[in-house]
Amino acid sequence: MAVNQADVRKIASLARIAISDAEVAAMEGELNNILGWVEQLGEVDVTGVEPMTAVIPNTLRLRDDVINADPLTGGGMQAAVLANAPAVQHGFFGVPKVIE
Amino acid sequence: MMTDLTNLTVAQIRDGHRSGDFTAVEVAEAFSANVAGAKALNAFIVETPDHALAAAKQADADRADGTLKPLSGVPIGMKDLFATKGVQTTAASHMLEGFVPQYESTVSQKLWDAGTGMLGKLNLDQFAMGSSNETSYFGNVISPWRKSDGSNAALAPGGSSGGSSTAIAARLCPAATGTDTGGSIRQPAAFTGISGIKPTYGRCSRWGIVAFASSLDQAGPMARDVQDCAIMLAAMAGFDAKDATSLDLPVPDWEAALSGNMKGKRVGIPKEYRLDGIDEDIAAMWDHGIAMLKDAGATVVDISLPHTKYALPAYYIIAPAEASSNLARYDGVRYGLRDLPEGAGLQDMYAATRAAGFGPEVKRRILIGTYVLSAGFYDAYYTQAQKVRALIARDFEAAWAQCDVILAPTAPSAAFALGEKMADPLAMYLNDVFAVPASLAGLPAMSVPGALSRDGLPLGLQIIGKAFDEQGVLNAGLALEERAGFTARAERWW
Repeated sequence: MAVNQADVRKIASLARIAISDAEVAAMEGELNNILGWVEQLGEVDVTGVEPMTAVIPNTLRLRDDVINADPLTGGGMQAAVLANAPAVQHGFFGVPKVIE
Repeated sequence: MMTDLTNLTVAQIRDGHRSGDFTAVEVAEAFSANVAGAKALNAFIVETPDHALAAAKQADADRADGTLKPLSGVPIGMKDLFATKGVQTTAASHMLEGFVPQYESTVSQKLWDAGTGMLGKLNLDQFAMGSSNETSYFGNVISPWRKSDGSNAALAPGGSSGGSSTAIAARLCPAATGTDTGGSIRQPAAFTGISGIKPTYGRCSRWGIVAFASSLDQAGPMARDVQDCAIMLAAMAGFDAKDATSLDLPVPDWEAALSGNMKGKRVGIPKEYRLDGIDEDIAAMWDHGIAMLKDAGATVVDISLPHTKYALPAYYIIAPAEASSNLARYDGVRYGLRDLPEGAGLQDMYAATRAAGFGPEVKRRILIGTYVLSAGFYDAYYTQAQKVRALIARDFEAAWAQCDVILAPTAPSAAFALGEKMADPLAMYLNDVFAVPASLAGLPAMSVPGALSRDGLPLGLQIIGKAFDEQGVLNAGLALEERAGFTARAERWW
């Protein structure tokens, strides 16, 4: 399966990465090289094989139903959460206007 | 004159400090001086001599009070992929330049709790994506090694933990943290003549480590020898409720149980790793490694891991797929870079921010990942790769019926020159051909120095073990270390 320049633009758009015409042209070749190489996986007989979901078997745990059981991941951290934000307004993350 | 403290190992510093041969402050200052004098290597993104000094003062006070901790007096380097509270954490990207975490990663916290101090944040490949440390936004790390032919070509320290490998090999720190997604601890260790272990997936908490590919990412130590790796790993490992994939198992005392006696152990030699056109030096080192383990009392058996050739292409679907998802968080809203062109809306801001903040290799992998996960292609690529991954894990399961550990080269060649492989992503990816299978199967694996190449560059031997059997891996590593007699080190030119 090869990608063309329109595909590259679509992928970049899905990935939310702005891409120039020159980058589209370069990326078309690079992606096709890599995709051509991974194509060999198609020759492996995977009949009856379940896709791996967990590399080391483990079970999901429930945490105790306690508020702020771990203060590091609990609430009340507004200042810390906002500390690295590029734009903060009235205690919220600031973004460009999205509703006209 | 006193011994140069920067030539001491972690164990020697710990024990020497404990018995009062020197103060922790002397150790921290000696290493910080080496760090300050090695700018040419570009191993550090941020230097933190004050952090190391504060921990050292505490260590000296604790010794006076009789309250020493397991690693009191030992300063270390921290890969700049671990969130460190109050200290810039970048993943070597422009995207996170200036990002100052408000919390501490679990692994780094454990190391501070064990008494260590931080000499600085170590350079790496951007978002840990690379095998030569040439994708860092903050410039290449230069290996301290040079070829013996007198050429001064700058060599790759390996990647992605290239700052860690260079800093240890150049005596800028006695040990450092690394992370390994598809060889990022083992390959740089091999390139610089040091040791490093990637433990079983889940041993070390991923909480606070900048995520690349979550089903593969695993932290581990890099140091000068096997004992130091065992000591460091014990301080880094352990259950953490904040990581859903953390292993709820006790942390063994690996150091206490170290033994290079391989009597009764079976060592598997996978025939598929003997690639056509294998480098002669690598083949010779591997044969020598087999002889060394026989000498240590092991039985050597030929084994087959039939799906080996598919590991690397499966990895280059799975890792980019997970990366494309993980790196979606960099949106210019909550933290990190924001690029807001005049009059741009939210969607344009995302696209402009991500175009400006990610380097070319990171973009390439995000695009591949986005493509293989996109509607219509998901099954052909991602599901197929996860099935092949299951077969690779099965290969190892079958092999354990015949052997206890597996011996292989770490990388297919010695360190290459910076710039040599940057134009060809596929050639770069092939560096991890021997490292990736153990990553896909979540198995513990380590690299120890095996020999020097004909050009005088270090080559690494890799030991792969059963899940949870770090001890078996470390012991085989020790058996090799005791026999390889690897004492070569990079001559100081920086």
